[in-house]
Amino acid sequence: MNIPQALDPVATAREALDAIILDSSTFRNETTLIINPLDIVTVTRFLRDTNGLVYNYLSDISAVDYFPELRGPNGEGRFAVSYHLYSMLYNRRIRIKAFLPEENPSLPTVSVVWQAAEWLEREIIDMMGITFEDHPDPRRLLMPEDWDGHPHRRDYPLGYESIMFSFNKNEINKHKPYAKE
Amino acid sequence: MATSVVPAAEKSESLHYWEGSVEQLRGLVSERAMTGETMLLNMGPHHPSTHGVLRLLLELDGEQIVTCLPDIGYLHTGIEKNIESKTYEKAVTLTDRMDYLSPMSNNMVFSLAVEKLVDLDVPARAQVIRVICLELARIASHLVWLGTHALDMGAMSVFLYCFREREYILDMFEMLSGQRMMGSYIRPGGVWRDLVPEFLPALDRFINYFPAKIDDYESLLTNNPIWIDRTQGIGVVEPEEALSYGMSGPTLRASGVNWDIRKSEPYSGYEQYAFDVPLGEHGDVYDRFYVRIQEFRESLRILKQAMKNIPEGPFRSQNRKFVPPPRAELGSSMEAVIHHFKLWTEGYAAPDEEVYASIESPRGEIGCYLHGTGGNKPRRVHFKTPSFMHISSLGKISRGHMIADLVGIIGSVDIVLGDSDR
Repeated sequence: MNIPQALDPVATAREALDAIILDSSTFRNETTLIINPLDIVTVTRFLRDTNGLVYNYLSDISAVDYFPELRGPNGEGRFAVSYHLYSMLYNRRIRIKAFLPEENPSLPTVSVVWQAAEWLEREIIDMMGITFEDHPDPRRLLMPEDWDGHPHRRDYPLGYESIMFSFNKNEINKHKPYAKE
Repeated sequence: MATSVVPAAEKSESLHYWEGSVEQLRGLVSERAMTGETMLLNMGPHHPSTHGVLRLLLELDGEQIVTCLPDIGYLHTGIEKNIESKTYEKAVTLTDRMDYLSPMSNNMVFSLAVEKLVDLDVPARAQVIRVICLELARIASHLVWLGTHALDMGAMSVFLYCFREREYILDMFEMLSGQRMMGSYIRPGGVWRDLVPEFLPALDRFINYFPAKIDDYESLLTNNPIWIDRTQGIGVVEPEEALSYGMSGPTLRASGVNWDIRKSEPYSGYEQYAFDVPLGEHGDVYDRFYVRIQEFRESLRILKQAMKNIPEGPFRSQNRKFVPPPRAELGSSMEAVIHHFKLWTEGYAAPDEEVYASIESPRGEIGCYLHGTGGNKPRRVHFKTPSFMHISSLGKISRGHMIADLVGIIGSVDIVLGDSDR
């Protein structure tokens, strides 16, 4: 089998998608590309379908909340979503990271690129409150449908909660340990 | 400064009992279900063959599955959220509770991520002990899978045999960690304590005893015509589809994709051992069964090689900033007392950076995304778990099959709900 020469992902992506790649970094031999969130589908398609890159496997999508700090290239990203891709052909990994603002954090779905993204994104919709545009099935995944809030946000308290009984169900919210500033 | 966006207490009227109608399912099930032409049926969450608390909403045309909507979350225990409030050392015990059939793998992936984040070394002896534990965990987990899978398909005796053999492995885990299942034995920097003298003889007995038992299982199932009838050609997954769905481990390899993280990105010294990666051809239930049967033998091969050359030396890192000193030192060294006190009260600080570590668990790729804060607790930890990905693909795999085959399909992808819900 004729395997094309492996290309450097950062240089190749910067050359082809100049305006989309905002930054790149390396920590413990892990490469991270920081991109413009609106172009996630373009970037993942490019990394998957370019000869010499072929990141064909979506390992994980995870979201992180930087509350109370704001980060990112323009300094207003409260959330970040990290996509971990793996290339079976060249046996290497890459992380794509997109910072999202506090107001209406949203980015396009990549479930059109990988089916696996559908549930991984549903988990983030549920637990982090980040919406994915055009997601085929944006229901909650882990929490009950009528749950308020998004538990993996840093301002969502790790608390207990009074046990639900039918006779005092209207008082439940009163006892919830919401975040206090 | 960002502000809190947790909604105020205004939605209390939403705590009603479910008063839905089939209308709420429009778009998720076919239009034929709206008129009652096909039947909607709940399977689970307490159905014995769903291996825990998986609920499936089935749309049935006679006995044929038109739509299968998996619903998870019944075993969600907030482990990821809990870890954010624990120091790195304390968080290890929580990872045990995710995939409760192979807790060692969860310990391992979390320890690897922490070691990567703080750049901590692991001595050679600890690495070999870890490999022994991981392979024993793989055998134990596959034994539960084989027993329950065969039980679902109507073969009762295999279940009893499998659990008999698993007991020997749990006994060995008890020797090592004092606990049969939730050992928290693998910790960042090495393992909790050194091998006990009775462990290696017990392991040797097991390695000599177990091959004949694998032959027993094979004689019960591999060429059994009923078993073949029920499994071959059922739940076929094409390789491209398997990759798109993020499958991994034996489920992916049964479709013929040769990807094993022990080979491709060796951790804990897996590159030193000679073993083969069994592959399937058709990607059906039978191939997934047969790949795992062969993995029993490969795990035994690794165990044999590992137990022959366990190097001498420390069983955990000597870096006192991250790993507590041995108890004996506390009586004679002031520094040891300080380190001991600091580590057990405050923990250690990890940089404000992110890492991703992944290993080959019995079920597939289990990945740990860890983001430090610069302090002693993580900002975010996320586990990519194989069961999660495999359940998401159930709807696709089972489409068009008989409802009786669904039980075989669920068993063959080997799901653990604690693993998927975390």
